[in-house]
Amino acid sequence: MSAFAGTVEDSLILARRNLMRIPRQPDLLIAYTVQPVMFVLLFVYVFGGAIQTPGFDYVDFLMPGIIVQSIAFGGFVTALGLSEDVSKGLIDRFRSLPMSRAAVLAGRTSSDVLLNCLSLAVLLAVGFLAGFNITTGGGEIALGILLLLFFGYAFSWVFALVGLYSSSPETANAIGFTAIFPLTFASGIFVPAESMPDGLRQFAEANPFTTVTDAVRHLWLGTPANTDVWMSFIWCTVILAVFAPLAVNRYRKVAAH
Amino acid sequence: MSDHAIVVEGLEKSYGSVRALCGVDFAARTGSILGLLGPNGAGKTTAVRILATLLEPDGGSARVAGLDVVKEAAALRARIGLAGQYAAVDENLTGFENLEMVGRLYHLGKAESRQRADELLERFELTDAAKRPAKTYSGGMRRRLDLAAALVARPPVLFLDEPTTGLDPRARIGMWETIEARVLAGTTVLLTTQYLDEADRLADSIVVVDHGRVIATGTSDELKDQIGGERLDVELESADEAEAAVSALAELAQDRPTVEGTTVHAPVRARTGIIPDAVRRLDAAGVAIVDIALRRPTLDDVFIALTGHAAEEEPETEEQREAAAA
Repeated sequence: MSAFAGTVEDSLILARRNLMRIPRQPDLLIAYTVQPVMFVLLFVYVFGGAIQTPGFDYVDFLMPGIIVQSIAFGGFVTALGLSEDVSKGLIDRFRSLPMSRAAVLAGRTSSDVLLNCLSLAVLLAVGFLAGFNITTGGGEIALGILLLLFFGYAFSWVFALVGLYSSSPETANAIGFTAIFPLTFASGIFVPAESMPDGLRQFAEANPFTTVTDAVRHLWLGTPANTDVWMSFIWCTVILAVFAPLAVNRYRKVAAH
Repeated sequence: MSDHAIVVEGLEKSYGSVRALCGVDFAARTGSILGLLGPNGAGKTTAVRILATLLEPDGGSARVAGLDVVKEAAALRARIGLAGQYAAVDENLTGFENLEMVGRLYHLGKAESRQRADELLERFELTDAAKRPAKTYSGGMRRRLDLAAALVARPPVLFLDEPTTGLDPRARIGMWETIEARVLAGTTVLLTTQYLDEADRLADSIVVVDHGRVIATGTSDELKDQIGGERLDVELESADEAEAAVSALAELAQDRPTVEGTTVHAPVRARTGIIPDAVRRLDAAGVAIVDIALRRPTLDDVFIALTGHAAEEEPETEEQREAAAA
């Protein structure tokens, strides 16, 4: 068996393990689906009336961004799961087995993709009920979905690294939330970046969350594309290329606390 | 070399300024149980982590099942099993699912992994709990599942890192019986423990480690002989008669008897009739006694004699050692 085939097989065994656990931890599943729905309802109905989005209904402006946010932080399951595996000694067991060094992380991140599909379906359903309208064709819609899943996958590796560096699931939680707020709120997800003061506006425009959100808006609502779509794919590739090797390297050394 | 499944030479490992292992040597004969005995922080777990390929040593070498733990780590992993104080099982998976997953990750194939899981669940008396998530298991059941997971691929070498730490006394004895009965068939076992009775009962030979160094090696009996043979313990009715008892026993003893409260300890060479003899002498001297017993030194005595402290106390934490070394 080649090393690559071995990695794929081991990763699938571990992805299956992660997915089998989900129905047995209903609290996690609820947090995973209810939280984004709360965000949609909060922003559409509470803040939406007060936010100016020229040329859009606020729900149309909001939905692509809120989906980007939810999917990017879907990888949080990986951070929690890995920090738990480390603190409970399971990572030691895996590292003592004749299995691929990348499989534990690849198994985690690939099961996140399936969870993200679920999250995407729930969010779209809620969005449609709240009046969200996709105006483009099948190819563009599919490319939008692909971009979202790729962005989520890249962020899963960021969270894999967070999980391996956290001494407990609580720490992973704290690190994750500290990262979420500046990245998502200082972006074009909830309000147009043009409305922000100097400094913050430049940060928001350079923020990959803004780029990916604008790309999805283009692909689903037909807004001007600029360079957002291909820049988004570059962002995903760069995040993946940086964080996947860092996480695998950390995995090789990590010890139970 | 092939009659030793584990050979460790000059092993060194430091964490920052803390020297966890300072040149450790030991070997385990194939098919035997080697007990690595020492207090918390002695370096036992560090040694096991190096041998199980989880950690690279800073110096020295180690071969397990004929393979170098650093250069041939990948091949070695197929030939070792690891179980220990963490009871590393997935709490959200059932007992069966845990063992099946481990079998698949040893690349046993789907059918064999399942068959092996069933077999081990039965051997470790977990069949009734096979379909329950491991989080519903008791501490003892989890350790048994953890040990079963380590045996899935029938590894020739097994590492048990403090397999009974944190278990209640009944579960500990159950675990000992499991290790004795289930593990023995030709497997070489390295067992770390801070419990002397555990090493005494399970290990064929014992390596005593303290502060990252080997301070003694031998069988349990050899270690006990190092600090002397039998001892006669006489409990007196009154401490006032201690002097009289000491002189009455002086002729029997190999060394001058010592007094501790109302108890007199006399080092002796064991022989038939030594207790009646001692009683007669004490009676003749008019010393009233409550109890008299002949005892072998325990490994506790050995440990205190070797290190100056008891095995189960925690002499210093890692942080304190780090601070002291800085």
